[in-house]
Amino acid sequence: MTLATHWHYFVVIALMMTGLHLVIARNNYVKKLMGLSIFQVSVIMLYVSMGKVHGGTAPVYVMGENGEPDLGVVYSSPVPHVLMLTAIVVGVATMALGLAIVVRIKETYGTIEDDEVIEKDRQEEEALADR
Amino acid sequence: MIELPLEAVLFVFLLIVGIVVGRLRNLFGAAMLTGIFSFLSAGLFTLMTAVDVAFTEAAVGAGISTVLFLATLALTDDTEKPSERSWLAIGVVTLTAIALFFGLFDMPGYGDPDAPIHGGVGKHYLEHSWAEIGLPNVVTSVLASYRGYDTFGELAVVFTAGIGVTLLLRSKSAQMGDDKAPIPFRSRAPYVREMPIVRAVAKVMLPFILLFALYVQAHGDFGPGGGFQAGVVFAAGFVLYGLVWGPRALQRVARERFLETGMAVGLLMYGGVGVAALFMGGTFLDYSAFTPEHPQHGQHWGIFLVELGVGLTVSAVMLVIYFVFTARPRSRAERNRQAGSIHPPRLTLPEVPELRASDDEGAP
Repeated sequence: MTLATHWHYFVVIALMMTGLHLVIARNNYVKKLMGLSIFQVSVIMLYVSMGKVHGGTAPVYVMGENGEPDLGVVYSSPVPHVLMLTAIVVGVATMALGLAIVVRIKETYGTIEDDEVIEKDRQEEEALADR
Repeated sequence: MIELPLEAVLFVFLLIVGIVVGRLRNLFGAAMLTGIFSFLSAGLFTLMTAVDVAFTEAAVGAGISTVLFLATLALTDDTEKPSERSWLAIGVVTLTAIALFFGLFDMPGYGDPDAPIHGGVGKHYLEHSWAEIGLPNVVTSVLASYRGYDTFGELAVVFTAGIGVTLLLRSKSAQMGDDKAPIPFRSRAPYVREMPIVRAVAKVMLPFILLFALYVQAHGDFGPGGGFQAGVVFAAGFVLYGLVWGPRALQRVARERFLETGMAVGLLMYGGVGVAALFMGGTFLDYSAFTPEHPQHGQHWGIFLVELGVGLTVSAVMLVIYFVFTARPRSRAERNRQAGSIHPPRLTLPEVPELRASDDEGAP
């Protein structure tokens, strides 16, 4: 392993850790979801970068003169592209679900900070226990 | 080799933007930066020759997810309260980073042609998909035909997420925010739809965005594109209309009931093509069964129909999500808070009246 061949993995790991830290250390739910989307992009980046070949082109056939694809051309692997393409769209749909839950939490608790929500739950339980 | 320095610069920008998104307390600013983050990553995907992925990321990141973040912020808070520094979290993150770092020793180098990913099924697709499917874009062949089951499942997830958001946020009084009593123009900042430049530019761009979406849908077999990208671009065009002229105007153009039907019809179309293949004597989603004498034609038809279903469902789901977010009345949060209780009223069982002896007499 050398820096020249693996440097992009370091950036991907750094991004991944930025996202992970936002998800576990921040109280704000919207910020947590932003962290999740950063994490997602870094994972996608990891997969897509594995499919790359030096000097390769996108996996769309380059046509030769006889109307058949020129198999001498080097192509990147299409498999990670397919998997990640759908993952992006699914990711935004599920993130919308998360944001919808955040909106409902705001409407019920009046806040989107994790610690305040826990505090209000605790107060409510105490009030119920006193009754 | 222009790629290497370009990649390095984009990666550095991406890292900086990612860290700034984390540090920024102003969530509106952070939401806008996530759009830039997506744009930069789309650039990087292009350099990694993943044009289809780049396309999707650019459309989703710039067109949909930023708008969704902004819509959420409009319904919640736009500033983040400071969180106290948690050494436990930093410890967990550091340990994970170290574990991943050691995992790197077994990874193949960037762009290594001998990496395991380039053998196996990926190699088969590149070498045989022209003979078996006959489409220039291998990504589309794999997406819609070889891995059709997988894509069907993903589309079902998108559909389910659309249903989930509707169930969570759909309010009975779907009153759009823009039919309040008009405020005199001089005493307030202008709405976006009153700015002539924005209106003019949006009006000029809109037909081209929609036309482009249709092109992407139809041309996905031959170049980067396909149902997922087209659906998102198509929805983004309508979202632009909604942003400029207000959600109420958008509702007149794209009726919600129509969109909700579209969500289901797209998914059913995908599944229907699969079932049709079953009836024609093939296996589920085996399009070659449509035209046994010339399997490639069947593949083309199957892929075209399936991609159409994907495009329909994706664009409908994205628009429905946008609708329910913008139609949610902002006042609801305040009303609930004034009502006093944090929790919605608990369910109490109705008291059952005790059976009297006279009731029993009528029973056999």
